[in-house]
Amino acid sequence: MFATALIVFRETLEAALFVGIVAAATRGMAGRARWLASGVGAGVLGAVALAAGADKLSVLADGIGQDLVNAGILSVALAMLAWHCIWVSTHGREMSLDAKRLGSSVREGSNGPRALTVAVALAVLREGAETVLFVAGLATGAAADSHSLMLAAAMGLAAGVVLGLLIYFGLSRVKPQHLFAVTNVLIVVLAAAIASQLARALAQSGLVELWSGPVWDSSRVLATDSPVGTVLHALAGYDATPSGLQLAFYVGTLLVIGIATRQVRQHQRQRLPHPPAGPLVRAR
Amino acid sequence: MIKNHRFEPTEVKVPAGKRVKLTVHNQDPTPEEFESHKLNREKVIPAGAKAVIFIGPLQPGKYEFFGEYNEATARGAVVAE
Repeated sequence: MFATALIVFRETLEAALFVGIVAAATRGMAGRARWLASGVGAGVLGAVALAAGADKLSVLADGIGQDLVNAGILSVALAMLAWHCIWVSTHGREMSLDAKRLGSSVREGSNGPRALTVAVALAVLREGAETVLFVAGLATGAAADSHSLMLAAAMGLAAGVVLGLLIYFGLSRVKPQHLFAVTNVLIVVLAAAIASQLARALAQSGLVELWSGPVWDSSRVLATDSPVGTVLHALAGYDATPSGLQLAFYVGTLLVIGIATRQVRQHQRQRLPHPPAGPLVRAR
Repeated sequence: MIKNHRFEPTEVKVPAGKRVKLTVHNQDPTPEEFESHKLNREKVIPAGAKAVIFIGPLQPGKYEFFGEYNEATARGAVVAE
């Protein structure tokens, strides 16, 4: 029973932390609750649909249909997060200055939070589908004590949600002027973690053969399945035995987002040769 | 293959230094997740489904894997020689 709760907890953890960070990153934005809820809701519906179609999916494309879908989900999620990070860098100053002003810029039709909504939906979809499959398996498999198993699954889910809330309230204690800087770093790292998972999905499905050997093995120091390793895996994509391709994807994502952010900022500065004096200008 | 929440065979010999295609057939009425930290692989296999997993090239050695949903019984290893 404990094992059941633990499995559901592990599956929930990643999505819960993700939603917690995104919720913190978008504090004060207009309509946040609505689009966060619609992201989670769409993710849950998608997860149920994906789990229901899992048998059919797994036989597609010579047994790698699931990996293809996974790689597709990861790619879109990665693009959305990267887009958001770059978008935030152009609005970051307004954000840290005045959440209300940001709210109005969102209403004017900016795409940043919309990208995050999609990313939230995809995170819930991917992790949720595995949970739904597992729980459905429990329901059909063990007829004897399926009630207690369902209870255990619910407890695991609740524990994951609690951790998501913890990170949300933890981040909420960060001073407002630093909040967006902190959450943006977290989101960039999440994007890199997703890129690393994408690299693994590509190698697992046999689509990419490049650099598949492990670069190091730190499983003796910090195993991926240890409690700390699990949280670090969910937050920052920690892997005790990352392949060369995973590492390349991880570092590449950090570099691309970093460089793109810098370019966008420079571009903006050139467009505004005389930035307004006052609190908008901050020493760097 | 997986039957009664166990892998059969429990040990799979593969050549070292080569990429290998593993096919896992889950014959149980419940889903299973093939997982290995040493191989750095994880894949959910629905009830009755077959899954293809590419691994390696591997250094010679033993690489344990397990079924995450039935970790107590579903255990096995890939041995690269």
